[in-house]
Amino acid sequence: MNAIEVLHLSRRFGSFVAVNDLSFDVRPGEIFGFLGANGAGKSTTIRMLCGLLRPTSGTAIVGGVDVGQEPERVKTRIGYMSQRFSLYEQLTVDQNITFFGGMYGLSGPRLAARRAFAIDMAGLSGRERLRATELAGGWRQRLALGCALLHEPPIVFLDEPTGGVDPLSRRDFWALIDGLSGAGVTVLVTTHYLDEAEHCHRIAIMAAGRLAALGSTRELKRIFDHRTIVEVRASKPVDAMRVLDELPAVEKTSVFGASVHAVLRASTADPVGALAAPLAAAGVRVVSIEPVQPSLEDVFLDVVGRAS
Amino acid sequence: MIGGRAGAVARKELRQIVRDTRTLLILLFLPAFFLLLFGYALSWDIRHVPLAVDDRDRSAESRTLIDAFVRSGYFSLVADLRSPTELDTLMDRNEIRAALVIPQGFAHDLLRGQAAPIQILLNGDNANTATTIMGYAMSIVQAESARRAPPSLEGTSPLVRVESRIWYNPQLRSALFLVPGLIAYIAMITAVVSTALSVVREKERNTVEQIRMAPIGSAAFLVGKTVPYFFISLVAQLGIVLVAMTLFGLPMRGSWWLLLVALSLFLIGALGLGLLVSSVADSQQLAFQIAILASFLPTLMLSGFIFPIASMPPFLQALTYLVPARYFLVALRGIFLKGLTLPAVWIELAALAAYAVVVLTLASVRLRRQWS
Repeated sequence: MNAIEVLHLSRRFGSFVAVNDLSFDVRPGEIFGFLGANGAGKSTTIRMLCGLLRPTSGTAIVGGVDVGQEPERVKTRIGYMSQRFSLYEQLTVDQNITFFGGMYGLSGPRLAARRAFAIDMAGLSGRERLRATELAGGWRQRLALGCALLHEPPIVFLDEPTGGVDPLSRRDFWALIDGLSGAGVTVLVTTHYLDEAEHCHRIAIMAAGRLAALGSTRELKRIFDHRTIVEVRASKPVDAMRVLDELPAVEKTSVFGASVHAVLRASTADPVGALAAPLAAAGVRVVSIEPVQPSLEDVFLDVVGRAS
Repeated sequence: MIGGRAGAVARKELRQIVRDTRTLLILLFLPAFFLLLFGYALSWDIRHVPLAVDDRDRSAESRTLIDAFVRSGYFSLVADLRSPTELDTLMDRNEIRAALVIPQGFAHDLLRGQAAPIQILLNGDNANTATTIMGYAMSIVQAESARRAPPSLEGTSPLVRVESRIWYNPQLRSALFLVPGLIAYIAMITAVVSTALSVVREKERNTVEQIRMAPIGSAAFLVGKTVPYFFISLVAQLGIVLVAMTLFGLPMRGSWWLLLVALSLFLIGALGLGLLVSSVADSQQLAFQIAILASFLPTLMLSGFIFPIASMPPFLQALTYLVPARYFLVALRGIFLKGLTLPAVWIELAALAAYAVVVLTLASVRLRRQWS
């Protein structure tokens, strides 16, 4: 059985359709990434899956429980943590763990064992008596994850868990997520960082409330199978982009730092040549020009651009 | 101890209260501060009125009368006048508020059983005070002349005589009247403000989101959050009662159990109002302002604490029926001063219970709607 089964899930707020006919499955132990621009419907979907928001139509089975029917029972099977996860800042690490454990009905030896687990996982041994407010961002976030895992949920929802955290802490955090997945925990994670999405087994991209694409990174990149992406480095990328946008061979362009990615139509025979000549003719100084493998960012921009 | 998840919330709340100086101040320091401030400053009693005496008789009888004024405690002798002009100066400088002039021949008239006139001069710039001082002076003089009336003259006294006696608070000390009001006032402010702030703080810091994700119902959460405040406030109230008994001589003539019931019902209503405020406000600052307005003003103005309800215009009188402190005050004064028992105060207690039920219902409906 799948950990999460979503079928024709929709949610309307008045006339606004926040989530529109969403269907997907998440397998046990899978790290499932949820990408989408702000307002694409990610948060609404997660709130429905967590039992906080009633679906307007469709069903979602999370951990074997129908969230529309038994929203309270879902809560015992899931852990939830977000960037906005707020520990009680004036309470100590230990007191926060005790409180969140109590919220999930933990006590006695089980609470003690889970406390040890959370402290160890967050790397906070010896700091049990520090107040949460005294912890640096990365630690605080690992403690938050530990608190969300106290009741050993088989499914964990992470809503932009790494927002506002330094890159090193982010890497440590993803190592924890990989470990959870290895232990059989299903992880559904939303993120704005596309490099993080590479950790996911499968990725769903949402746009305007709909599921715009779903698959592993490799599967998603296949949308470029019959198209070529050419990376153009130029001293003035904006000028280069203006020239490229006019060319019939170019489907679209996007800026990647100091370079421009141009997606060429399938029929283009000599991709580099087709771009180099017009750029030179327009007087744009080109540093380098070469075909590249599509990145997840190319995929995301392509999918979202097409959906909207 | 309440068990399970509500218990976990309550224990967490207690830890936060202990850590949070602001809440502790509101809960413990504020009541003590108010009690001392109002207890000592808020008094309508007029005592130790500075008095000058112009004794032109200089007899044993005149000294006895002056002594009666001083012994009463209402007057303090500050000047013994030698000339009438001295009196004007003292009165102008506000060094005295009253003067007693005993004319020559006072003792002579008294001993002959004749009417012996004396003069009392009062500063009338504050009419209320002057009237009260006049009342004190009259009663002292009456008591003195009654003491001196020869037995043979008893038959000539009027047939109908008023023997006034004031019950429950014979000295008409305003502290006894005010302290119950003070208890209501302080309970209302601390309970409403502290609960409102504690719930809104969870909204403001977004910790409430995490709690909504947990398998705990809104009812258990609210119970867990308010129970610590209930007990802390109750302890604070009992502390105020004990302090009022020692410092202000508040008598406790009724049952402690009944007092506890009245305090509890009133506090539950106040906590409910705090929850209701928290459902309206999204920031601690706003919550604080609304809570102060909703608790402080009606309790101060419309409860009969300071302004007698009977002398309010009808429209305001009608409004007082919605103020829980109104009933609480009647119940408290009844229990403390009159030693009333349940049959005499059940209506007030029922009104308090009804208020608590209504406010709690409103608050939980609103909060539950916000919850999901």
